[in-house]
Amino acid sequence: MASESDGKELVFHPMDQFIVKPLFGDGPVGLFTITNVTMWMVLSILCIIGLLVLSTSGKKSVPTRMQSIAELAYGFIRKMVEDVAGKDALPYFPYIMTLFMFIVFSNFLGLIPGSFTTTSHIAVTAVMAMAVFLAVTILGFVKNGLGFLGVFWISSAPLPLRPILALIEVISYFVRPVSHSIRLAGNMMAGHAVIKVFAAFAPMVLISTGIGLVVTPLSILAITAIYALEVLVSFIQAYVFTILTCVYLKDALHPHH
Amino acid sequence: MEGDVVQMGAYIGAGLACTGMGGAAVGVGHVVGNFLSGALRNPSAAGGQTATMFIGIAFSEALGIFSFLVALLLMFAV
Repeated sequence: MASESDGKELVFHPMDQFIVKPLFGDGPVGLFTITNVTMWMVLSILCIIGLLVLSTSGKKSVPTRMQSIAELAYGFIRKMVEDVAGKDALPYFPYIMTLFMFIVFSNFLGLIPGSFTTTSHIAVTAVMAMAVFLAVTILGFVKNGLGFLGVFWISSAPLPLRPILALIEVISYFVRPVSHSIRLAGNMMAGHAVIKVFAAFAPMVLISTGIGLVVTPLSILAITAIYALEVLVSFIQAYVFTILTCVYLKDALHPHH
Repeated sequence: MEGDVVQMGAYIGAGLACTGMGGAAVGVGHVVGNFLSGALRNPSAAGGQTATMFIGIAFSEALGIFSFLVALLLMFAV
């Protein structure tokens, strides 16, 4: 994050934390290079396995703290799928649970100072959003045949209005993966960049003791406040991503408005 | 005067595109404010509607994200 330039001044770039670099050596980043992104993704998967497998291996009727976290997460997502997408969406619950756990753990691991937020890259979130988009579209056609096109034809609207609405619906349908992925990546990137911008102001007292005595405590306070906000945003964005997946799934299973 | 006029235009456009985020902020505030005023009138019905509120937030936020996307495109793709 902080790098020495010209050997003298300390230069601080708020976007440096998002640079993808190889974990071993300094070579170019290829398709199969092990980078810091790979490392943090593997770490978040290991954390999920640790939480879900280890905590439920010795099941107790009075759950331990770890076990109740795992049970709460399971119950939370299961209820969300049931409420939003309906009972017949429950066969797809494992996929939605996987998405939620991966996003929430990537977001929270990214909050550790000095770590890397994998979900702040559009490349990562776009793959997840495209997977959801393709899966939902294919599922819609498999389940309903051509009746899935009814999702664009709003039968409750007046007849002359329907073609115009259908056009809008088609556009908004194909824009879904874009907004779905950029929402998560944008929120993560913006929040972390803001923290680093304030972090750049924090060592001001080292440069000038006059204005620094005012700026440094204020920026440290701001970092603390924004960090707390980021903890909230990390969870809410994971929640929003999964709930939108449920909404899209509902459209695929019940295309008629 | 030196420099690239196209580059300058792209940067100014990127800055202007960011004003769209203000619209998203108004939209999200409107959604949450109306949810809260409804929830305070009938608190027993509020719990079941939080998911709907988040869906509404997500949809109104999406349009702010498009302005962010336009800004990014102007910065890095034009």
